[in-house]
Amino acid sequence: MSKVANERSVIHPYHRHPAGSQPPRVYEQYRSTPPRNPSKPLIFLPHTLSEITGPVYGHDPIGETDNDLTRQHATAPLGERIIVTGRVLDDNGRPVPNTLIEIWQANAAGRYQHHRDQHPAPLDPNFSGAGRTLTDENGNYRFISIKPGAYPWFNHYNAWRPAHIHFSVFGRAFLSRLITQMYFPGDPLFAHDPVYQSVPDEKARQRMIAKFDLETTQPQWALGFRFDIVLRGPDATPFE
Amino acid sequence: MTMEHVPTPSQTAGPYLHIGLTNTHSITQIAAPGILGERVRLKCRVVDVEGAPLHDAMIEIWQADANGHYNHPDDVRASETDSRFYGFGRAATDESGACEFETIRPGNVPAPDNSSQAPHLNVAIFARGILLQLHTRIYFAGDPANDSDPVLALVPADRRDTLMARADPKHPGSWWFDIHLRGDQETVFFDV
Ligand SMILES: [Fe+2]
Repeated sequence: MSKVANERSVIHPYHRHPAGSQPPRVYEQYRSTPPRNPSKPLIFLPHTLSEITGPVYGHDPIGETDNDLTRQHATAPLGERIIVTGRVLDDNGRPVPNTLIEIWQANAAGRYQHHRDQHPAPLDPNFSGAGRTLTDENGNYRFISIKPGAYPWFNHYNAWRPAHIHFSVFGRAFLSRLITQMYFPGDPLFAHDPVYQSVPDEKARQRMIAKFDLETTQPQWALGFRFDIVLRGPDATPFE
Repeated sequence: MTMEHVPTPSQTAGPYLHIGLTNTHSITQIAAPGILGERVRLKCRVVDVEGAPLHDAMIEIWQADANGHYNHPDDVRASETDSRFYGFGRAATDESGACEFETIRPGNVPAPDNSSQAPHLNVAIFARGILLQLHTRIYFAGDPANDSDPVLALVPADRRDTLMARADPKHPGSWWFDIHLRGDQETVFFDV
């Protein structure tokens, strides 16, 4: 790939996803995918300024407790307190600074604060389950929360989602936008979860699992997990 | 790309995306009143293979300003952009599968080889059942620049219509864009 000059901007095309590293559009075992995804092939789009630009943070300020889901109410929520921290990098290994990360999750009982969640598990009045933060200049971020519970869904008989935290990250370009789920190590539900299993490559799947980290863990206070996120990056080696 | 830095896999945003993304942080006014450009009230609707509306989807929009400049450091003309205009919007769909944005018609955007792209909005769709966001574009039906747009030229002629917002004849400035995720009227999606 070479860089393409236009009027004034220089376009570095972004890397394409390696085979097997992302889920397919249609994964039959996840029953909502066939009716909600195209049957015709996608049109290959060479990158233009429209794809390699994207929203730069600055819409609304981050509040003081936005990255601490245990301090958003009068008292602490029930559940195992956790620290989730990591770095956002691009696929050239470069940190992605000052980018917005948003998370949402179920409470410790596996129930979301959402009117459509009918799982008969208790709501926690001290837990909303939403957080946001910005990465620092080295791409680091940090959240404090509680470990979410597993929860049932209707995909198939006796279907349960492994415990997870939903992550939304922007990055530098509209095409680097990522929404994913962070899982916890050693969950016995991985083998039975079509959302997790939809990613073909085993190594790629494991990149969605946070690592328990004793250094992040704080004595007498909270378990620590590390979750690094890699976003698509530009072709860094243009030739003349 | 390095061996140890392969992008993290995408996963569905699921049915409760509102908690983290749109309950308190939706952006339906992409362009505030007073921003340069022809005002556009855009109504999007998302339906599945049966034509059933998605009441749990989120649409994100990224667009240039009226001069075709993106508010982004990689657009060397970004400094000419009105700093009040970010160009980003996002909204959850309602029970009828619809959501609405208030914006302006963007200008022509540069394309490779010194050609130019017709006014368009870049769209990403997230929902339960969508493991990896779907990308499409919204063009404006009847815009003379559509005929020479290099991206529309990549799309088979009989499917280009699916990328056109339609003016509402009863309400000047209002436009409709239907997204058919699958089926006979399937919208064109791009491999970006
Ligand atoms: Fe979930």
